[in-house]
Amino acid sequence: MSQQDGVWVKAQQSPEFAKLRKSYRGFAFPLTAAFLSWYFLYILLTAFARDFVVTPVIGNINIAFILGVLQFVSTFVIMWLYERHSSKVLDEAGEKIRVQVDAELGK
Amino acid sequence: MTFDHTTLSSAMFLMFVLVTLFVVYRASRQNTKATDFYNGGANFSGFQNGLAIAGDYMSAASFLGIAGTIALFGYDGFLYSIGFLVAWLVALLLVAEPLRNSGRFTMGDVLAFRMRQVPVRTAAATSTVVVSVFYLLAQMVGAGALVALLMGFTDPVAKNWVIVGVGILMIIYVTVGGMRGTTYVQIIKAFLLMSGAAVMTFMVLWHFQFDISAMLGAAQAASGNADFLEPGQRFGKDVFDAAGNLDAVKTLFSKLDLISLALALILGTAGLPHILIRFYTVPTSKDARTSVNWAIGNIGAFYLMTIALGFGAAALVGAEAIIAKDKAGNVAAPMLAEHLGGGAGTLGGAVMLAVVGAIAFATILAVVAGLTLASSSSLAHDLYANVIKRGTATPEQEVRVARVAAFVIGGLAIVLAILAQGLNVAFLVALAFAIAASANLPAVLFSLFWKEFNTRGAVWAIYGGLFSAVGLLIFSPVVSGAETSLISSTTGIMFNWFPLANPGLVSIPFGFFMGWLGTKTSSERNYAKYAELEVRSLTGADIGKAVQH
Repeated sequence: MSQQDGVWVKAQQSPEFAKLRKSYRGFAFPLTAAFLSWYFLYILLTAFARDFVVTPVIGNINIAFILGVLQFVSTFVIMWLYERHSSKVLDEAGEKIRVQVDAELGK
Repeated sequence: MTFDHTTLSSAMFLMFVLVTLFVVYRASRQNTKATDFYNGGANFSGFQNGLAIAGDYMSAASFLGIAGTIALFGYDGFLYSIGFLVAWLVALLLVAEPLRNSGRFTMGDVLAFRMRQVPVRTAAATSTVVVSVFYLLAQMVGAGALVALLMGFTDPVAKNWVIVGVGILMIIYVTVGGMRGTTYVQIIKAFLLMSGAAVMTFMVLWHFQFDISAMLGAAQAASGNADFLEPGQRFGKDVFDAAGNLDAVKTLFSKLDLISLALALILGTAGLPHILIRFYTVPTSKDARTSVNWAIGNIGAFYLMTIALGFGAAALVGAEAIIAKDKAGNVAAPMLAEHLGGGAGTLGGAVMLAVVGAIAFATILAVVAGLTLASSSSLAHDLYANVIKRGTATPEQEVRVARVAAFVIGGLAIVLAILAQGLNVAFLVALAFAIAASANLPAVLFSLFWKEFNTRGAVWAIYGGLFSAVGLLIFSPVVSGAETSLISSTTGIMFNWFPLANPGLVSIPFGFFMGWLGTKTSSERNYAKYAELEVRSLTGADIGKAVQH
């Protein structure tokens, strides 16, 4: 293992990095599972629950339209949630480790 | 007095071409390093790159195809809009930032980070070129048909000249301007597309006094189809046999086909090489995230507007008039524009049609330039520099090869698009998404997040996903077995044993499985390199000179 490799491995095994990884993965992975499930729920409903999704709600607007627009809404909300989490937590924690690693690499 | 739009259309096409050529020339003079060809100097802001991503992503298939599908089939066109948007969350949450931090120029940079360079870079270049060329072909054939239609060319030779013209322009954009020039073209296009769609949406909604239910009702009434506002007119249809009974097996396949398409749409975006390389044009991962936020904002707003464009066209122009001009419905948006301007033969109608035609032309040019850039970058940086020259090429040599590659890819695309004239190549966009989701996405995600992932895993994931997607398509009803197949069933030649038109449902899990199997059956592990990749990807450490092998 080269000296450089040593710097990376040390950084990876530090408790600060473990915390950053957990904070990122603990946020991004469940959210990914959630939006994929929600999207496929929508697709499965339009494929297999036609009688349900064609129920009109407001005038000619049926449940299928409302579910579709809600997919847009959920996309915007998830984007906002992730931006908030990143700018509040991830950016700062990552920056600290970056400065440390760059110093050790002699940059 | 009646007004003909063709002179005005020609003038607007010409104006767009001249403005973009000027911008591309100016951009080329800003290029200071050879590698600016790949990443435009990595100096764009998140906002600029967000617009460029939107410009790179929203192809003619989005603007013309979705509006047309909604106009002819109602609700089901909207399914495309949703899939194309939600897909961006995969890119946002899992791909954009880590990719920015751990690569420099190509998708292959990240895939080959801790692997043996030659096999992985070869595989990455192969799938980049295949995905990009399929996508490119669909756009160029569409360009020929669109421009011919708008200009009233009926001669097939005129269509060929349009394809040649589009091909030459994209080669110029890419070889002269590189990534910086292409980015500016995409920003201009995104601005034009968003403005044009917003004006049309406003006019449609104004017509219906902002009553969306009334707009939908009018579309349904004009279609003469009681179920027009319900899912299942185009995808996941109920199939009946000759006696009028529901055919349960065929109906199930039809619904599985819808799910297969949905899977490819939502997982393909984050594996499209021409999208991935856009994340390298900004200086930090935070800017990459901001880019995706802006892209999602623009793309989301645009796809919401497709509802008004599609149903507006159905209500105001009518499916019959649209089909009379183009069976696939691709002229729905331009015809709607003409109607909103006052109708055929009026000055307003001619102006609106010319403007929207020019926007569609701009849309195609920006996308084909992005695709050509992605394939030539990968051929130069992955294949030439890291496979053929084993990392000994200078950046100047690399970029010279990239320019030559842009000519080769562009030339190939021109020839193939001319040969494919008259074939229904709309399936190629869905196929490109399916390959991106089956071959590229598994390799990218495993690379970023799985410690054990190794050379064999990466190579098997890419080729497994690529060959299964293309292979299944060959044996699907797209190629043979139906009257509308590439090889029409009237010829009696049929080999369609795979029942779905979209291979994703099988090929995407297969790509992930092959990535896992390859990894587990090889003893190669490189945990120290993974430590580097992981720390880089989450922190941006050492970003100035990431991955130069």
